[in-house]
Amino acid sequence: MLEVSNIESGYGPVQVLFDVSLQVNAGEILCLMGRNGAGKSTILKAIMGQLPVTGGSITLDGKPLHTMPAHLIPKQGIGYVPQGRRLFKELTVAENIEVGLMTRGEGASTRDWVLDLFPRLRERLSQVAGTLSGGEQQMLATARALCLRPKVLLLDEPTEGLQPSMIELIRQVVIKMKAEGYAIILVEQRVDAVLSIADRVTFIENGKDRETVLAAELRRDKTKLKTYIGV
Amino acid sequence: MDFGPHLMLASLEGAVISAILVLTAMGLSLVFGVMRVVNVAHGEFFMLGAVLAWVVSTTLGGHPAIGFIGALIVAPVLVGCIAAGVDRFVLKRVNYDADRTIVATIGVLYIIQQSTLMLYGPEARPVQPPFNTRLSLPWFEFGENGFAMIWPWGLSITSYKLFVIFAAAAVLVALWLLLTRTRIGLIMRATQQDSDTAQAFGVPVGKVYSWVFGLGAGLAALGAVLVVPIQQAHYLMGGDPLLLAFIVVIIGGLGSLPGTVIAALLIGMSDGIISVFFSPTLAKIIATFLVAMVLVFRPQGLLGRAET
Repeated sequence: MLEVSNIESGYGPVQVLFDVSLQVNAGEILCLMGRNGAGKSTILKAIMGQLPVTGGSITLDGKPLHTMPAHLIPKQGIGYVPQGRRLFKELTVAENIEVGLMTRGEGASTRDWVLDLFPRLRERLSQVAGTLSGGEQQMLATARALCLRPKVLLLDEPTEGLQPSMIELIRQVVIKMKAEGYAIILVEQRVDAVLSIADRVTFIENGKDRETVLAAELRRDKTKLKTYIGV
Repeated sequence: MDFGPHLMLASLEGAVISAILVLTAMGLSLVFGVMRVVNVAHGEFFMLGAVLAWVVSTTLGGHPAIGFIGALIVAPVLVGCIAAGVDRFVLKRVNYDADRTIVATIGVLYIIQQSTLMLYGPEARPVQPPFNTRLSLPWFEFGENGFAMIWPWGLSITSYKLFVIFAAAAVLVALWLLLTRTRIGLIMRATQQDSDTAQAFGVPVGKVYSWVFGLGAGLAALGAVLVVPIQQAHYLMGGDPLLLAFIVVIIGGLGSLPGTVIAALLIGMSDGIISVFFSPTLAKIIATFLVAMVLVFRPQGLLGRAET
């Protein structure tokens, strides 16, 4: 569904990604693993058009995204949960959700669907997003991305700094989205989390995809984890 | 005139100054808030509004009201379009870099100012107010016969000045509704808080910037159209509004719209009152001194939030 082939990208004169390729299909969870600074988040930013793609191509169902203006990319059906949540902190919960709904012109039914997934948010619609707890903020960031009814969901360390019950909740939602046929790219550091939900794992090292393996294989043989991330 | 009526007169003058100032400063604050651009050319957009008001009203002719209404519509829209062009062809090209936008807008300031001098000339030209009835105002006093209403000589305001106060208030309410109750407002506020993320949710940030820069300049131009029947249009008239708008925005807290309104009232009223009782120069000195004090003791401004 989403195919990234041989892309190069970076911040200004500093190239971060060298010839990265990966692909994710509908109803599949692809995890990106690698050490800090390997370029995992950069790949997601490049997909979203926030960084210039200087080589290679990114396509969604065959349609090129890398040549598209950045604000049109989410409209193709890509929901993005950025690292550190990046909520509109001074807007209310309802307004954050509204921004998500506007992206692809979704209406009340999508709003209800998203609020049913995260009932906690429904109780806090008029609260300013910046005053929510960390877990609630992550729920809102996820809800905002789901408001697009995306085909592809990009999640950048969604469980960072959350308590176990919240991590479990986010995990359940990700699994539910997979069942609904979403293609999901998940950047995650915690090995147990990756092994429990991923279908395939792509290891990223020094701005390059080194190897893609089935999660089932990793569960049996953990030596690759040691090679690429040292655990 | 006694002190009481005199003070009332000064306050009304102050209210008129505040009304114009609040529109100009709102434009500056909005542009800074959403785009993080310090627009040094803001005063020239104000001046352009005034000059265009003269052009429109003399071209249309007829009753002053026709020219005035024409100017009220044409000048802000035209100035807004010019500003949007400046955004697209200048600010966007320097990537909204903080230092470079300051230098770039200084350039825009001189281009607009000198072009106006060449095309419009160095004269100060008046625009006729659409209506200008002198309204006497009452004052109360306790005389020998107890409480009585009197009409002191010289205590009056023109109907036009009252209109300016109400018009500015109406524009402020409209702006507030636009920002808080509409989708355009929601998009602007989302862009203000995190432009990258807004873009990741389909907001065409470049277009929003052009609109906001146009809106900011349009507000200054609107203030200028309201002021030309009181103060004449001149190619150098942009300096004072720019200085005062900066003072207001700094005191109110950069990018805080409620802070801007409060500071505009404060500075406008004190400017009016001090100008009437002492001198306009003293008023400017005090306003500038206030800025220094705010910067020392409350750098984020009255309602601004400290950067985290």
